[in-house]
Amino acid sequence: MQVRGTRSWIGVVTFAVAMLALQACVRKPPPVTPETSPLPPPASGERPAARPVTPPPPAPTPVVPPELLAPEDEFARRTLEELNRESPLEAVFFGLDSAELDERAQRAAEANADVLLRFPNWVVTIEGHCDERGTPEYNLGLGERRALAAQRYLIQLGLAESRVRTVSYGKEFPFDPGHDDAAWASNRRAHFVITSK
Amino acid sequence: MMTTRILRPMSWTSVVIALALLLVASGQAQQDEVDLKIGGDVGRPPSFAVPDCLALTPDAATAEAARTIAEVLWDDLEFEREFRMIPRDVYRTIPAARSIGDLAFNRWAELGADGVVSCSVRALSGTQIEITARLFSVRSLDNAFSVQYTGTNQNVRRYAHQLSDEIHRQQRGLEGVARTRIAFVSDRDGESVLGLVEDRPVKEVYFADYDGANVQRVTATRTLNLFPSWSPDGRAIGYTSYVSGFPDVVVSHLFEGRMTSPSSGTTSVHNSLSAFSPDGRRVAFNSNRDNSSDIYVADIDGSNVQRLTSNPAIDTSPTWSPNGQQIAFTSDRAGQPQIYVMGADGTGLRRLTYETYCDRATWSPAPFNEIAYSSKTGPGHDIKVLDLATNEVRQVTFGLGSNESPSYSPNGRHIAFTSTRGSGLKQIYTVDRDGKNLRRLTSTGNNETASWSR
Repeated sequence: MQVRGTRSWIGVVTFAVAMLALQACVRKPPPVTPETSPLPPPASGERPAARPVTPPPPAPTPVVPPELLAPEDEFARRTLEELNRESPLEAVFFGLDSAELDERAQRAAEANADVLLRFPNWVVTIEGHCDERGTPEYNLGLGERRALAAQRYLIQLGLAESRVRTVSYGKEFPFDPGHDDAAWASNRRAHFVITSK
Repeated sequence: MMTTRILRPMSWTSVVIALALLLVASGQAQQDEVDLKIGGDVGRPPSFAVPDCLALTPDAATAEAARTIAEVLWDDLEFEREFRMIPRDVYRTIPAARSIGDLAFNRWAELGADGVVSCSVRALSGTQIEITARLFSVRSLDNAFSVQYTGTNQNVRRYAHQLSDEIHRQQRGLEGVARTRIAFVSDRDGESVLGLVEDRPVKEVYFADYDGANVQRVTATRTLNLFPSWSPDGRAIGYTSYVSGFPDVVVSHLFEGRMTSPSSGTTSVHNSLSAFSPDGRRVAFNSNRDNSSDIYVADIDGSNVQRLTSNPAIDTSPTWSPNGQQIAFTSDRAGQPQIYVMGADGTGLRRLTYETYCDRATWSPAPFNEIAYSSKTGPGHDIKVLDLATNEVRQVTFGLGSNESPSYSPNGRHIAFTSTRGSGLKQIYTVDRDGKNLRRLTSTGNNETASWSR
């Protein structure tokens, strides 16, 4: 889990760097300022995602300016495994025992919707996950509720239901194996997996 | 193959006479049986000793079998707490008896033993053994029970298990559980799920003897499998499998090599948490097929699907009452998950628990009329038992780790459950319904969600 978490953030960093490099190609001179980096800055630790005890400040701009998205062939070259390892789709995080999308969760879902509208062949499965507290039985239901909430939001944003499937994994696959508030916060999530493109 | 012969402490002619008398006066025969029951001191259970079995052939396998059978039998007899079992190292010096005449009755009396199980093992061939066991009453010098088994020399523990069950039945009128099995899921083989996301551990279905020995693997799907549940005849295990990419109920017919799905899952219809009805003909399960998480019942072939709850809340984790007339389940319709009960047709809903967070109700078999469940008591959960006659709740575990997913033994005296006590890893434990007699069954990897066979 640790390895995976680290790797996927390396992926995000790589992706961000790739975006910036792309930006450099498209526009010169490149406005390479980390503060305006479209993706959230990864922390240096092993569990960078969402330790949102307090919600982070609102992102200044949409996640990736449309003209800066990787061209289709950039993603087309990659296998599904590679694409998911360095996924352009963000996790949507939830509060304790909650399946409601707060401001931050809505922004993440909107960013994912933008990507999916740009790549109309992509089909995703939204995995609903829970933290380790609570029983495995009930958490299966809670994970489903989270996946469905994220799915509903994406459908409202114009995505076809057939492109956004859901599955609940309950508390079976924590993103962070830790046993503290930060780990639990990053484990209560809807995780987007690209299943075909 | 195992054959059993109940031995009578009589000659064949006397057996014929006894049978004739039995036909004439069965009351008298019952009186004789009562006499064979070994009692203890007033107010105390009888004390039993199980010395090493006598190896009648000199090979190593027979010696090993002789030791194993005595050890396992001692554990099995201890498990039901019907006898006060005298520790085996106390009587290692007492020579093994070849016949009742050899039995050192004075030494057994000195140790306070009321009953002694004396057994012998003989190799009949390279693969076949014969086990003869007798239960002697130290007070009356009587042979209270005798039995002879012949069969393979593989897994000799089952001879001890059968002997324990027969002694419990004959001496105490109790259905023991020594031959039952416990199914669970585990990541013990350290495999990862095949799929688009890396490094996710699989969970596969396994089962073991009731004491944790003799683990056997049921699935090898390289995916997530959850919540196994035994069919009442012990020939099938239903479980929640992600083998198709979404949770669906699968029934594995263990001895027929075939699998069925009673729940007809699809990429959008997901099913989980199956529970067989006591007659084995129907399965209750959770499904989202009507766009809400509800309880359904279907015949095991998937026909006659019936929706039992229709509430926007999560309704899940069903368990049948022993007569199949009612189903208890978890619902968060009042906010947090609580236990409810309804008729098996969905009518007559009643809320049972009013606590912080309750889940995974498990209805006890007769003669007890209670429901065990997992209840949030602090950072983690504990196993509690609700007496349905008195509405009294008693706690069975007390805050060591998180204790979840209870499952009753078929005689209702014991509960298997998952606990994170100790290492923090999930392991299967058994405990008696009064909270005593805690035993850990597993130790490799994580092991959870036990189902105790009927």
